[in-house]
Amino acid sequence: MSHLAVSKTYKLFVGGAFPRSESGRTYQAHDKKGNFMANAALASRKDLRDAVVAARKGFTAWSKATAYNRGQVIYRIAEMLEGRRTEFLELIMISTGAASKDATAEVDAAVDRLVHYAGWTDKLAAVMGSANPVSSPYFSYSTPEPTGVVGILAPSGSPLLGLISVIAPVITGGNACVVIAAEQDPCVAITFAEVVATSDVPAGVINILTGRTSELAPHLAAHADVNALDVTGADGELRQSLEQAAAETVKRVYRPKGIPDFTAAPGTARLRAFLEIKTVWHPTGALALSGGTSY
Amino acid sequence: MEWEYSPAPESRAIADIKDRYMPFIDGAFKEGGGEDRDTISPGTGERLSTVSTVNAADIDRAVKAARRAYQNVWSTMPGAERGKYLFRIARAVAERSRELAVVETLDNGKPIKETRDFDVPATAQHFFYHAGWADKLQHLGLGPAPHPLGVAGQVIPWNFPLLMAAWKIAPALATGNTVVIKPAETTPLSILVLAEIIADADLPPGVVNIITGAGDVGSMLVNHAGIDKVAFTGSTAVGRRIQRELAGTGRKITLELGGKGANIIFEDAAQDQAVEGIINGIFFNQGQVCCAGSRLLVQESIADEFIERLKQRVETLRVGDPMDKNTDVGAINSEAQLGRIRGHMDAGRAEGAELWSSSCPLPKNGYYLSPSIFTNATPSMRIAREEIFGPILTTMTFRTPDEAVIKANNSPYGLSAGVWTEKGSRAMGMAVALRAGVIWDNTFNRFDPTASFGGYKESGFGREGGPSGLAAYLDTDDEAVTR
Repeated sequence: MSHLAVSKTYKLFVGGAFPRSESGRTYQAHDKKGNFMANAALASRKDLRDAVVAARKGFTAWSKATAYNRGQVIYRIAEMLEGRRTEFLELIMISTGAASKDATAEVDAAVDRLVHYAGWTDKLAAVMGSANPVSSPYFSYSTPEPTGVVGILAPSGSPLLGLISVIAPVITGGNACVVIAAEQDPCVAITFAEVVATSDVPAGVINILTGRTSELAPHLAAHADVNALDVTGADGELRQSLEQAAAETVKRVYRPKGIPDFTAAPGTARLRAFLEIKTVWHPTGALALSGGTSY
Repeated sequence: MEWEYSPAPESRAIADIKDRYMPFIDGAFKEGGGEDRDTISPGTGERLSTVSTVNAADIDRAVKAARRAYQNVWSTMPGAERGKYLFRIARAVAERSRELAVVETLDNGKPIKETRDFDVPATAQHFFYHAGWADKLQHLGLGPAPHPLGVAGQVIPWNFPLLMAAWKIAPALATGNTVVIKPAETTPLSILVLAEIIADADLPPGVVNIITGAGDVGSMLVNHAGIDKVAFTGSTAVGRRIQRELAGTGRKITLELGGKGANIIFEDAAQDQAVEGIINGIFFNQGQVCCAGSRLLVQESIADEFIERLKQRVETLRVGDPMDKNTDVGAINSEAQLGRIRGHMDAGRAEGAELWSSSCPLPKNGYYLSPSIFTNATPSMRIAREEIFGPILTTMTFRTPDEAVIKANNSPYGLSAGVWTEKGSRAMGMAVALRAGVIWDNTFNRFDPTASFGGYKESGFGREGGPSGLAAYLDTDDEAVTR
């Protein structure tokens, strides 16, 4: 007798757990051919607010973690993703209709992207910070710190590589995020959440909601406990209205200048967009003057 | 025994204030098409001079001049040459420093010892620092040849008129941009003297354009279609509006907005030094400083004695004629600002906080306020949450370092914070825990062009000074796009 497949219930990923939408709503995800793939959770405004609360908690833990630890955890995500590559290959081929070769390239690039960022965590301060040779008897340094909770609108069209390319730079800097997955790709996004859930990422650092971007994004952009917004997955009028809402709490907004080519080397713009530079001054007193300044 | 000071006024003649000033567009001072505005000397309340302001057509002319200068001269000039112009400006600011200090004090109302010892020297240094970057941009870590953005529209406040002009103009020019800049309507004079220096330095016409007027002019400037970059320093309310208005334009913005800086005094602090630091933190420039230490958090165990000591010291501050070299606290910049500060003081009293003011005599004319301290304040009061922008300190207490961190970070702002403790590890630990762009350990209100400055949260984004300040004027978007 042939095996009757046990299909997965796709839920949300909030605070390290997989809840259904509190609204009880779902929507149907379809593959490239228009066939039914799965029911996905249709997140509500309340789910979004819960996700922001979870992200704020996640931020507290993650921003205190050492840079080395954050690097290891992000590398661990790459390891877990590599281990489930077959599952992602199938999902990508079904949902996007990609050829095996293209789907393989996407999964390979996604794994490599995570490894790239895993190596960034403990270099940010050296590359983006500075010792400041101030003209007074003070020791002064400037160093990058995470911005806080970042709202991300994931891009469509590249369900795994695009998703990872927008999440990885945000968490590399020590931020937590609330991600609204591309509407048509809930299955890849929530399967990636399973990877995250088994990678020692503290609960709440990455939260993924599935549903209607146009319904959820305005609330994310206006939320007073969200510090920054990545509008990659929104365009046209929606993008403009989100930027307007973000201005009410002076959010940092990352807005790509075109359709990002996620297959290219990522650069540092996405890292910089979610980092603050903090300058610290500490007196050195008379000793520094009598001994000459330290510079 | 009475210790009276004899008056020690700086000479007003050095400023050589003209009866009329004009905007500086495309290398020339020309009458603007807007209404004339009188600029008042806050120290006396009298008219100081009259300034011709611009209209929409003048703004358009300034933006076009800046575009021409960008395309034809400034963006194609070797960085080393751009740097030499900036070095020239730095030198000339130093040469005319006494004049600039007097102009600034007369127009702004801040004490002459501050303009003489801080505003003007810091302005010269800011140009000197950025001059040196002009031919070294490839070393910033932003790629082999970072590209300027184009024409920058800049709007600056009245609290540090000359220094803010330097903070805006120097990095923009060093990176190859050209600028159209608008000073505040109450303090247009020092930047127009700087315009003379710029003209004398033979800077190509159109590289720096200075337009005069009030908020409507600033709004027209930042919304002008010919601008590639907007830099604003001022209130959070206006910053928010600018960000909202520019939504969807793709224009790069930096905002340096309000603050409610916490100054945290631990029981082991060197108390006399802490008292001096608190006074510098809140009474420097009459407290009209975005990064002022306006929320004093004192550890409960020393609070009563410490605040008494603080009041005794504040009592000795000399408030009065900004032109007097012995003046510690000068005039509030305008009658309108004086009214706003008094409104906050009323709100503090109405909400139940206790107000103490120095008994120092105040001059009869001009805009003056006694340095004041609110005690028995709670974090929910307006005086603990909102920026007062005046010589008013709000004090609260805490018991543990954790509580100090929570109280300090409990603000939509995040510009500055101060920590006073003799324990090095606690000072450095607090510096990490506080969510603010500038942290001062055992000091306050220190600035240097090599050290970047700017806010977290609703205090704005982008930095000024240091390597990250240059990034604000360069195209740092290195993400590849398919189209």
